[in-house]
Amino acid sequence: MSVVDYTQELSVVEGKPALRSLDDLISKPLETKPDKKFFIALSITLSMLGFFVVGLGLTFWYGIGMWGNNNPVGWAFDIVNFVFWVGIGHAGTLISAILFLFRQKWRTGIARFAEGMTIFAVMTALLFPLIHVGRPWLDGWLMPYPNQHGLWVNFTSPLLWDVFAVSTYFIVSLIFWYVGLIPDFATLRERTSTKFKKTTYSLFSLGWRFSNRHWQHYEMVYLILAGFATPLVLSVHTIVSFDFAVSILPGWHTTIFPPYFVAGAVFSGFAMVQNVLIFVRKIFNYEHIITLDTLEKMNKIMLVTGSMVGYAYAMEFFIAWYSGVQPEQFTFLNRAFGPYAWAYWIMVTCNVISPQLFWFKKIRRSIPVMFVVAVFVNVGMWFERFVIVVTSLSRDYLPSSWAYYTPTLVDGMILLGSFGFFFTWILLFTKALPVVSIAEVKAVVDDAQPSHKGH
Amino acid sequence: MSDKILYSYTGIFDTPDEIIHAAEKTSEHGFKKYDVHTPYPLHGMNQAMKLPPSKLGYVALVVGLSGALAALLTMFWMSAVDYPIIIGGKPFFSFPAYVPVMFEVTVLSASIATVLTMLFVFFKLPNNAHPLHDTVYMKKVSSDKYGISIQAEDEKFDEEEVKKFLAGLGAKEITAVYYDNEEINHKHKILEPKFIGFLLLTAVLTSGVSYFVLNKLLFMPPFDWMMHQEKLNPQTTSTVFADGFGMRKPVDGTIARGHIPYLFHGQPDAAEANLTNPLPISKYSIELGQKKYDTFCSPCHGYYGEGDSRLQGQFPNPPSLHSEKVRNWKDGRLFHVITDGQNIMPSYSSQITTEERWAIVHYIRVLERALNAKESDLK
Repeated sequence: MSVVDYTQELSVVEGKPALRSLDDLISKPLETKPDKKFFIALSITLSMLGFFVVGLGLTFWYGIGMWGNNNPVGWAFDIVNFVFWVGIGHAGTLISAILFLFRQKWRTGIARFAEGMTIFAVMTALLFPLIHVGRPWLDGWLMPYPNQHGLWVNFTSPLLWDVFAVSTYFIVSLIFWYVGLIPDFATLRERTSTKFKKTTYSLFSLGWRFSNRHWQHYEMVYLILAGFATPLVLSVHTIVSFDFAVSILPGWHTTIFPPYFVAGAVFSGFAMVQNVLIFVRKIFNYEHIITLDTLEKMNKIMLVTGSMVGYAYAMEFFIAWYSGVQPEQFTFLNRAFGPYAWAYWIMVTCNVISPQLFWFKKIRRSIPVMFVVAVFVNVGMWFERFVIVVTSLSRDYLPSSWAYYTPTLVDGMILLGSFGFFFTWILLFTKALPVVSIAEVKAVVDDAQPSHKGH
Repeated sequence: MSDKILYSYTGIFDTPDEIIHAAEKTSEHGFKKYDVHTPYPLHGMNQAMKLPPSKLGYVALVVGLSGALAALLTMFWMSAVDYPIIIGGKPFFSFPAYVPVMFEVTVLSASIATVLTMLFVFFKLPNNAHPLHDTVYMKKVSSDKYGISIQAEDEKFDEEEVKKFLAGLGAKEITAVYYDNEEINHKHKILEPKFIGFLLLTAVLTSGVSYFVLNKLLFMPPFDWMMHQEKLNPQTTSTVFADGFGMRKPVDGTIARGHIPYLFHGQPDAAEANLTNPLPISKYSIELGQKKYDTFCSPCHGYYGEGDSRLQGQFPNPPSLHSEKVRNWKDGRLFHVITDGQNIMPSYSSQITTEERWAIVHYIRVLERALNAKESDLK
C-alpha cells in the first residue's frame, strides 16, 4: 500500500494536462463526424423511442384503458416511471449544487454531464404525469390561468405542488446548465472556423469575453443558483413523496417518506450517472478528467445513500409494528410475503445488499464490478417504486376489491420507450455540446490557480 | 490604420501568478478602465483588481421575497376570495398547504431574475460587436493565456506610456485593439426586407397554426373531447329495438323514487275528513309556505289571496280565498285542492312537494287571519 500524503490536496485532474489540450479533447466530439458506433447506438435508442411513440399513440387513440391500471390499482407504471425518472435527475443537481457548496472539486469533471442527465431525466419524467391524464392536450388546465369557467386549481393538493415543483426544477436546472455553458460556448466560438458554427456559438455565448469583471458576478450567480438549487432538489422529491404520504393508504401514509425518497433519488441518480460516465470516459478518452478516484467517490455516495434506503425499509417495518395499527402491519407483511414478494425481494437484493459490496476498496475501484452493481441499483430503485405503489394499492382497506395488478404490453412499450427517449437525448448531447465543463475543469488543473506567493 | 479608433492596448501573460501581479500593479497605478481576461475565474483576482463585492445577491433577495409574497397573495385571492371551494373541510385560506408552492415560486422567480439581471443588465449582453471579439487576443484568453486590456477611455491613458507599462509588467504580445469601423458605422434599419419578411412569416405561421389547432385539430378525434360517442340519445331512432325507438318505457308498475300515491283523487270530502296538517306551525313552515305560495299560487290568487290575478284576463280570475266558505274549509280540503285541482285549476302535485303543499296551507291560514282577525287578536 502506498502512503497517502494528507498534507496536500489530491489533484482531481490527473497528469496536469496543458490547458490547450483540454480544449482540444473536450471539443473533439463536436468537431469530428460521428462514427459508426454512434450511429449503431443511435439506431438502438431510436428503435426504443419508436416503441414509445407507438405505445403513446395507442394510449391517446384508445385511451388509458390500454394500460393495466384498474381498480383498486389506479396508479401503476405511469407514476412508477415518473418517480423513477425524477429520481434519476436528482444526482445531477446534487453534483452541481450541493457538492459545489461543499467545495468538492472532483465534481467539476462530471457536473456538466450529470446536469444534462438531470434535464433529460426530468423531461422524461414530466411526460408521465402529462400522459396519464388521458387527454394530454388539456394539460394546460394544470396551471392556474384565468379561464371561462372562473375556476382555479386546488392549491391544497400535493398533485398540484408536484406540478409546481417539477416544472420549477426543470426550469432552474436548465438555467443552471445554460449559465455553465456560456463560457464554453465562447471557447468553442473562438476555436471554430466554419461560419455556421461560429454564428451559432456566438448566438449562444451572448458575446461572452472572459472578462474578470464578468467572472466576478458570474461566480456570485453560480453560488446563488447553487444555494437555491440545493433546497429545491430536496423539495422536489419531498413533494413527490407527498403524493403518497399525504394520502391515508397504509404503506403510503408515513412521515419517513420525504427523506427516504430523497435518499433513494440520489442513490439511483448516482447509479445512472456512473453507468453512463463509464462509457463516456472510455469512448472520449476522458480517463484523466473523469478519474477512477471520482468514480470511487461516487460509489461511496451510493454506499451511503443505499444504506439510508435500507435503513428506511427497516424503519417502515418497525413503525408498522410499533404503531399497533393492524392494516399497517398487514401491508408490510403483505409486501414481503404476499403476492408481490418477488418484487420486494428483488428490491431488497438490489438496493440493500448489492451496494454493500462498496465497502471493499477493490470493488469500488473495479470498473466492471461497479458497473454491474450500479445496474442492479437502477433495477432495484425502479422496483422500489413499483413495490410502494402497487402492493399498497392492490390490497387496500377493502378485501372484497383486492386484485392482482398485471401490466399490459402497452405499459411495457412505454417503459422501454422512456429509456429510448432519455438515451436518445444523451447521445445527441454528447455530439452537440461539450460534455465536460471546459472552464471549470481548467480551473482545477494543478497550478491553474495562482500560488499567491509572498502574500 | 490611422483612421481607426483605438479601443485598448492588450498584453498576454503565461501564468496565473503573473496576471495577478499585473492586475495588482495596474490598479495600483491608478487605471480605472481596464479589464483582465482569463479562461476561467482566478482565485484572488477580485482583490487584485480591487473590485467591490457583487450586488447580485440583493437582486435574488428582493425578487425572491417578492415572489413568495406574490404567490401567497395569488393563492389567497384564488382560493379564499375569487372562487372559494371547501376541500376536505379545510379552511379556504390554509397557509401550511401553500408553503410548497410559495417555496417553488420563490426559487423560480429569484433564479430567473438573478440570471437575467446578470446577463442583460450587469453585462449588457448579448454583445457580439465588442471590439475585443475576433482578435488574436480573444483567441488566446479563451483558451490557455491570461490577458490584460487597458482602455483608451481611461483618464491616465497615454499610448506610449501604456506600452511601456505593459512591457514593464512582463507582458508578451502587446497589441492595440481598434474599434471595427464597419460595426460602429453600421446602422440597423427597421424596414430591412429580411426583417419585414421575418415578421410576415412569423405572423402567418402563428396565426395559421393557432387557427388550425383551435378550430380544426381540437374537433378531430381523439381531440374532440368525447363529443362523438356511440350511444343512444333520447328521441333518436335505434336499430337495437324492434319498435325503432331509442327511448324506452319503464317496466309496468315502476314507481319513481319517493313517490307516495294520493288516496283521495276526486274525493274532496273524504280528504277533508281524513287529512290533517302534519307540519307544525313554525317560522320555517310559514316562510316556506310564503315562498311557494308567491311562486305557484299568487299569479292567479294574488299575493294576499284576494283573487286579484296578475294575468290580466288571460286566465279566469279565481274566487277570493277570504270567503266564508274557504275559511271554514278544514286544512285537508285546501290540501286536496292544491293536490287534485278544482274546476279549471290544475293539479300542482308534480310541481309542489307534499311538505310544501302543507306549508302553503299554513300560509293561506295566515293570510285569511290577517284580513279576518279574531276578537282575541285585536286585544
